[in-house]
Amino acid sequence: MSRFFRQVLTFITLSTLLGFSPLYAQDHSHHDAGAHVSLEEEEFETGKLIMHHIGDSHEWEFSKGFSIPLPVILYSPDRGIEVFSSARFHNDHHEYNGYHLVHGDAEKIVPVDESRTVYDFSITKNVASMILGAIILILVFTSVAKAYKREKGKAPRGFQSAMEVLVLFIRDEVVKPNVGPNYARYLPYLLTLFFFILINNLLGLLPGGANVTGNIAITMVLAVLTFIITHVNSNRHYWKHLVAPDGLPPALLPVMIPVEIIGVFMKPFSLMIRLFANITAGHIILLSLFSLIFIFKSFLLAPVISAFALFMNFIEIMVAFIQAFIFTLLSSMYIGSAIEEHSHADHGH
Amino acid sequence: MSLLTPSPGLIFWMLVVFLVLVFILSKYAWGPIINGLKERENEIQGALDLAKKTKEEMAQLKSDNERLIIEANAARDRIIKEAKEAADRLVEAAKDKATAEGNRIIESARETIRSEQAAAVAQIRKEVATLSIDIAEKVLRRELNDKSAQEQLVADLVKDSVKLN
Repeated sequence: MSRFFRQVLTFITLSTLLGFSPLYAQDHSHHDAGAHVSLEEEEFETGKLIMHHIGDSHEWEFSKGFSIPLPVILYSPDRGIEVFSSARFHNDHHEYNGYHLVHGDAEKIVPVDESRTVYDFSITKNVASMILGAIILILVFTSVAKAYKREKGKAPRGFQSAMEVLVLFIRDEVVKPNVGPNYARYLPYLLTLFFFILINNLLGLLPGGANVTGNIAITMVLAVLTFIITHVNSNRHYWKHLVAPDGLPPALLPVMIPVEIIGVFMKPFSLMIRLFANITAGHIILLSLFSLIFIFKSFLLAPVISAFALFMNFIEIMVAFIQAFIFTLLSSMYIGSAIEEHSHADHGH
Repeated sequence: MSLLTPSPGLIFWMLVVFLVLVFILSKYAWGPIINGLKERENEIQGALDLAKKTKEEMAQLKSDNERLIIEANAARDRIIKEAKEAADRLVEAAKDKATAEGNRIIESARETIRSEQAAAVAQIRKEVATLSIDIAEKVLRRELNDKSAQEQLVADLVKDSVKLN
């Protein structure tokens, strides 16, 4: 390990020194006559790059020129279901079979004939990443579950005990105290929620990873599921509290009832925005840091920015856990508040 | 703002993938894991309860033992005391009996001696009477012969009678 760090240190020192060297800098500066024209053409657009990276895509790009094409699935009332590879769009006009791949603010497939309507159900980068995450979760937790059967009556070992810490944490610290005595019914959903968000947060931090949990469609589905579960299982105390809060002067009711009703919808909305914003913000910060290297085009700055990006990456790992935890915690609290058997002691909130 | 517009395709796939994930994990992962955890917790709780119970039983046993020992000691002391008393009583009784027996033997011996003595005295008396009569007869017979012989005879007789005595 120390050898590795020494090498990294040497590399950083060398690259810093070489950054000062006029001979070496010449090759990389835009004063270079040959490169000047092409650089003018490919003016570095940070905003576009970042939006491209945090947005969805029809192919999984790991680096420029190396990308995995993903299946495009389209449904249109007149043509039915069409499936083809996104590599088909790799031509001068980004056009195939009457469809046009638009690289705008976001990547979109639009029919050339504008009178047609088409629904895009493609396996995009986010879908593929999500499926990958789901497969990882299934493999990990079915193997852990097998360990529980195999090692019955024994102490947990290895990977099983590592996962057990998380499962126990969610069960005992998040779900049990917040949902209440009937927590067992909601535990599978909440555990899946936590680990789904966590694995996708972490996969998103890998190089080439997709911004799954930083996509509003994903967080919206999760928030709506929590909303549905909350209200399907809610008891009459919850609804009564909504329209007639305890211990409130009747004069305030016209104000409080709308506030309460807005609150009902604000809860899932805040869940949706919180996760989306946190993860997207993390990706934007990291991408902005890396973009700085290309903006300044200096080897002097690169190690400093890399070090800072590394630091940010550690913070993002922490955020990955925290956001998964918060989403699960708040979902538990919302479910718990809806199924709670009210006593008279807790009025006035 | 494309970032804030959810795409319908992604919503569809997300719903499908997530619901399938919830279903599969609930059935094949969370169920066995949560049951395994619960079983283990129950086992641990059971073991702890058993240990506590055993400890209580041990304490109970110990106090029982102590009580038994105290009781046994008391019983032993009592038995020894009683035995001692019984022995003392027996010795006392034997002593009394022996004394009584001795006294009885002594008494009977005395009685025998007394009766023997009485018999002997009676015998002597009878013999003395007979002797007296004999002497008297002899004296009477000598008197018939001569005076000196008579005196001699009396003297002899007296000597004899003294000897007899």
